Amino acid sequence: MTDVLERKACLTGVGQSQVGRRLMRDPLELTLDACIAAIEDAGLTLDDIDGLSTYPGGVDLSPGFSGAGIIQVQDALRLELNWFTGGVEMPGQLGSVINACMAVATGLARHVLCFRSIWESTAQGTGGRGGFGVGNGGDGGPPRVGEEMQWTIPFRAYSPANWIGLFAQRHFHEFGTTREQMAQIPLNARKNAQLNPKAIYRDPLTMDDYLASRLISTPFCLYDCDVPVDGATAVIVSHADAAKDCRKPLLQVEAVGSALRGRPSWYLFDDLTTMAMRDAGKMLWERTDLMPADIDVAELYDGFSFLTMSWLEALGFCGKGESGPFIEGGQRIARDGELPLNTDGGQLSAGRLHGYGFLHEACVQLWGEGGERQVPGDPAVAVAAAGGGTQAGCLLLTRG
Amino acid sequence: MSEKPFRVLPELTETTRHFWEGGREGELRFPRCQECGTWVHPPTPICPGCLSKDLAVEAVSGTATVLTFTLNHQHWVPSPDHPYAIAIVELDEQEGLRLTTNVVNCAAEDVRIGMRVQVVFDQYEDVWIPLFQPVEGS
Repeated sequence: MTDVLERKACLTGVGQSQVGRRLMRDPLELTLDACIAAIEDAGLTLDDIDGLSTYPGGVDLSPGFSGAGIIQVQDALRLELNWFTGGVEMPGQLGSVINACMAVATGLARHVLCFRSIWESTAQGTGGRGGFGVGNGGDGGPPRVGEEMQWTIPFRAYSPANWIGLFAQRHFHEFGTTREQMAQIPLNARKNAQLNPKAIYRDPLTMDDYLASRLISTPFCLYDCDVPVDGATAVIVSHADAAKDCRKPLLQVEAVGSALRGRPSWYLFDDLTTMAMRDAGKMLWERTDLMPADIDVAELYDGFSFLTMSWLEALGFCGKGESGPFIEGGQRIARDGELPLNTDGGQLSAGRLHGYGFLHEACVQLWGEGGERQVPGDPAVAVAAAGGGTQAGCLLLTRG
Repeated sequence: MSEKPFRVLPELTETTRHFWEGGREGELRFPRCQECGTWVHPPTPICPGCLSKDLAVEAVSGTATVLTFTLNHQHWVPSPDHPYAIAIVELDEQEGLRLTTNVVNCAAEDVRIGMRVQVVFDQYEDVWIPLFQPVEGS
């Protein structure tokens, strides 16, 4: 096996700001709340932080997509850094954490503060969720689109709901997947969210509610789409040697997946029943002797419910095309099932923290800090995965 | 179509103009490698098949197969024709030569994976949007 450098990295602390709809708070303040909480959680001080990493950096690709970049956080906390990076072209949102693992493994930093901050709920205002290229809700004359966007937007495919709906429809066609099967992702998320005091939606959700809700872009209905929020999440990545100074049990990074092998496009990927997660998931298992059966808890991106199904297949929890039957009925993925999934309610019910929420929850579960929603059986191995469309990244964590 | 739906239009650049203006002559055009015959989309300065830089714009037949579709119900912009069909189609000329497009001139509910379709163009200002309609008798 290749030298698996990420094993020199540990997760040593997590932090999260207030999470909510239209908080009307300064997104930098939310970001700093999360960062300071994570540093304290690790038992470190600001002086210990010598690396900083984020996704997507200080760019506003759509309203509220970025709450803060490297520059604002470095300056606000007066950090003295040996290494930093922020950007959007990487293996999904958690690519920024994978970068941090490599930074500590190669000696560029000892403790890297990683963060993802988002304020889409406040930024999008009250006009409803917008598509790309049309402004918020479509009022006003939009400029013309160029680059990659010109191949989808002029065809009235304004939203990831359209772009990913195309993949879901093909999966339904090839494998006989049904909406009732896919419904188990949002239904399971809502069940878990009922035990998470920070979740946005905590009212019971039934199959009848799901099937009666309005369609967005077939086969997706409203409950297949995640909920925009304001909130920030931070994690600390430490070198295994430096991590011994931290106050909590070490969570070792056993392996990462960061591959991009197909065409990075919403319509040109060779297999229209999966996306970039196919290769990121495969790569993760090429770097460890652990097996899917060893995983105690899975936190898999659910920007759309279908993406979680794709991750289940990509990570080998079931065979290609078999995610529908795998989740049917919902027992297997329940908190007390054989593969507890998205135990905080995911982005579908707890809010679209955009990737980092899954890593945060994996750590919470491995540290036994889940409170009412804690998975039984003292989980010691978890996988967190984010993105999945054109870019994807995942991490396998073990409690030492 | 009785009333044209709103569309956000593409910028025309020297590398994409052939695609967006081809409809004026009723042609769907892509760069094609003059060495190995590979069709290239989106345009790049180099053939991904053989790395040749000898690319020239040519027209395809315009017939294609629907690989997948989605019926959009959400009103991202105000429009009278919801739901409408967004599809990924593959041109007959080459596996992987695909477009995201709309299937038009049939009920959205009648769109199927595997359906044979033919390009039609809808002009907006200086842009000819390539859309696809069912091939008669398919």
